[in-house]
Amino acid sequence: MTIPSPYLLEALIIRKVFDDFVALDDVSLKLARGSFHALLGENGAGKSTLVKCIMGYYHPDGGNILLDNKEVSINNPRDAHNLGIGMVYQHFTLIPNMTVAENLILARPHLPAMIDWKSELAELETRMATMPFKVPLQSNINTLSAGEKQKVEIIKQLLLDSRLLILDEPTSVLTPNEADEVLGQIKGMVDDNGLSVLIITHKFREVTGFADEVTVLRRGKYVGSCKVAGTETKTMAAMMMGSEVIAEPLARAETKQNETLLEIDQLSAESSSGETAIESLSLNVRAGEIVGIAGVSGNGQRELVEVLAGQRDIANGSIRLHGETFDATRRQARLHNLHCLPEEPLKNACVPNMSVAENMAFNNFDIPPYALKGLLINRGRIRERARTLITQFKVRTETEDTRIGALSGGNVQRAVLARELSGDIDVLVVANPVFGLDFKAVEEIHNRIMAARNNGTAVLLVSEDLDELLELSDCIHVISGGKLVYQTTPSEADRSVIGQHMAGH
Amino acid sequence: MNGDDFSLLSVIIAVLGGAIRVGTPFIFVSLGECLTEKSGRINLGLEGNLVMGAMAGYAISYLSGSPWLGVLVAGLSGAALGLLHAYLCQQPRVNDIAVGIALMILGTGLAFYMGKSFIQPQAPRLGSFSLGSWSDIPALRAALEINVLFIVGIILTPAMAWFFKYSRWGLIVRTVGESTDAALASGFNINAVRMLSTMAGGFLAGVGGSFLSLYYPGSWNEGLSSGQGLMAVALVIFARWNPVNCFYASLLFGGAAALGPALQSVGVTSGYYLFNAAPYVLTLAIMVSTSSNNRVLTGIPGDLVNPGR
Repeated sequence: MTIPSPYLLEALIIRKVFDDFVALDDVSLKLARGSFHALLGENGAGKSTLVKCIMGYYHPDGGNILLDNKEVSINNPRDAHNLGIGMVYQHFTLIPNMTVAENLILARPHLPAMIDWKSELAELETRMATMPFKVPLQSNINTLSAGEKQKVEIIKQLLLDSRLLILDEPTSVLTPNEADEVLGQIKGMVDDNGLSVLIITHKFREVTGFADEVTVLRRGKYVGSCKVAGTETKTMAAMMMGSEVIAEPLARAETKQNETLLEIDQLSAESSSGETAIESLSLNVRAGEIVGIAGVSGNGQRELVEVLAGQRDIANGSIRLHGETFDATRRQARLHNLHCLPEEPLKNACVPNMSVAENMAFNNFDIPPYALKGLLINRGRIRERARTLITQFKVRTETEDTRIGALSGGNVQRAVLARELSGDIDVLVVANPVFGLDFKAVEEIHNRIMAARNNGTAVLLVSEDLDELLELSDCIHVISGGKLVYQTTPSEADRSVIGQHMAGH
Repeated sequence: MNGDDFSLLSVIIAVLGGAIRVGTPFIFVSLGECLTEKSGRINLGLEGNLVMGAMAGYAISYLSGSPWLGVLVAGLSGAALGLLHAYLCQQPRVNDIAVGIALMILGTGLAFYMGKSFIQPQAPRLGSFSLGSWSDIPALRAALEINVLFIVGIILTPAMAWFFKYSRWGLIVRTVGESTDAALASGFNINAVRMLSTMAGGFLAGVGGSFLSLYYPGSWNEGLSSGQGLMAVALVIFARWNPVNCFYASLLFGGAAALGPALQSVGVTSGYYLFNAAPYVLTLAIMVSTSSNNRVLTGIPGDLVNPGR
């Protein structure tokens, strides 16, 4: 008689090499049946690579995967689904041009040749009643908020009767309340329905609050695993960071708040679908202060940043820098030392196929000393400057000639930050600068922003992370439906009041 | 006075008839392109499929005596070109636009080469229904001379709309076209779906071509197509990737193309060539008016905006 294994899933000595970069160096992970297991590690530790190997997205170069103590071969995500493993990816895999119902039906392993929408919808409604959260079935995905999308992703997997649910940083797009709600409901399904969960995270709050066990990876290597109960956060942090030290938060220095550098006056702009995204928005930012804009994503933040970055036309109103009307030309941005760090910088502020050095030179490749007479480009100087910035901002890249698209998210962020924060900066516009980053990178980037403020830069910080805003801002506005609806300061702020205004009440 | 009324009426009738007659190949080519683009690939080579289909359809009709066999072979020739397009596009680092242009030139060139000997002979043509026999206005009777392929187009249009919404294959095609990531996560074979969609799209374009040589204008020569295959790409954008809109847009383009001849038939000869350019002007006007700095085209398949792989 064999003793049943306590483990649902065992990934043993998994090795994965990309070109000559070892992403996973003989990593093992054992997940007990019916447990909530956290996979912890900093940026580029190999967490996503490991679960993608389990899901059959990648084919490991070595090692075995055991399910119920039997070796299985998973060649593609469909195989994984058939074995009862479902995954919610970090980036949404929902199809924006389709309805929730269509997205849910699509996930089924066996789609009927013809879809009887009437009965399908009725069945979805009944099954929905057993789900931890509700989503509008007939709505198009692109009308949903980030939180709702995340819920649809999770429901999609639960409808498949997955035994093992893998979540890749599921809360990075959620407000704190939404995160607690979603994780709490999932924890409930683990306790009551015997679901097993593997969650990738770098947030200790989520590990200590919800997980039973934790496995820690560092730079592609297995560090250890333990029960969460009885393990101190400090111990986990030490496992995760190794000998690396986290920077202390930089103090807010007294600055003379005098000159208003950025004035937004009755600004209106349209969204990509042609609707009004910002409506008569007015806002001032003075030198040496950080003005934060809080809000649930999709309330006009993206469009506001795009207007300031010159990526979107102004429908009405005006923007003034140093009191002069700003028409979003390259010349003016340079004249007023306006710098922008948009969200998802790889998509919005980089050319992925150009090198790190080239991307770092976007602001000044056409002026001396990098360009000779505005025609010829001095590549040597550009690369030399890139090398300096790479060291200064600790960008982890092989060389300055590496394609920027090959860097990890945190390193792209550092590279763009290096570009935007070098030289004189009078006005800095930052959007969700730490989205999806681990806390070491977060602290570092926060310190850079605070340092800019302390040096007299006017900073506009647009963020969906309320903690970040409360930590950094001198003054916080809440945006809802393209309008600023509430204003407060971190010292007087009441989270629930801010939350109500964010929700449009 | 009375004569003016009469000629205005004749122009309207002629444009209407033209919309149906000239619009029919547009219906097939645009539905074909719509299907291909819904799967996330653009086939600019449909002009080649069209000309190839016109030649193949005519040749087979002439050789076999059966115009319907000609239509079938025209479709198959289009599907073959579609297969080639799909095969080339799924090779690493191959751009579908470049392949499309190459295949457009290949398709037309091949058709001219193989079709040399079919320029003179008279092949059996496709039949039509006379829906205008109740009327005694000859112009109206001519306009209501409806070809079977137009009826097929009328049926095909809602069928394709239904396909996208109610069938498994339709949902799979849309998923692949919207997001390669989502398609991979669902375990769909992206290349296979795109290959079949491009082949089916190519088949329809070939059928559209056979209409040109077997019904209207109704003979095979090298100046047969006037860029319908290319204009269909613009038409699909105008139609917002919606099959039903493709149908109406095709009629609109057909009507525009018939404007020049219609005016000539009532004696307006000045600016004949200018009016003949109406479909091209319409294409340009539509492309300009539907483009915006700030907006994303509604309905565009996601993978055409942000190509995944």
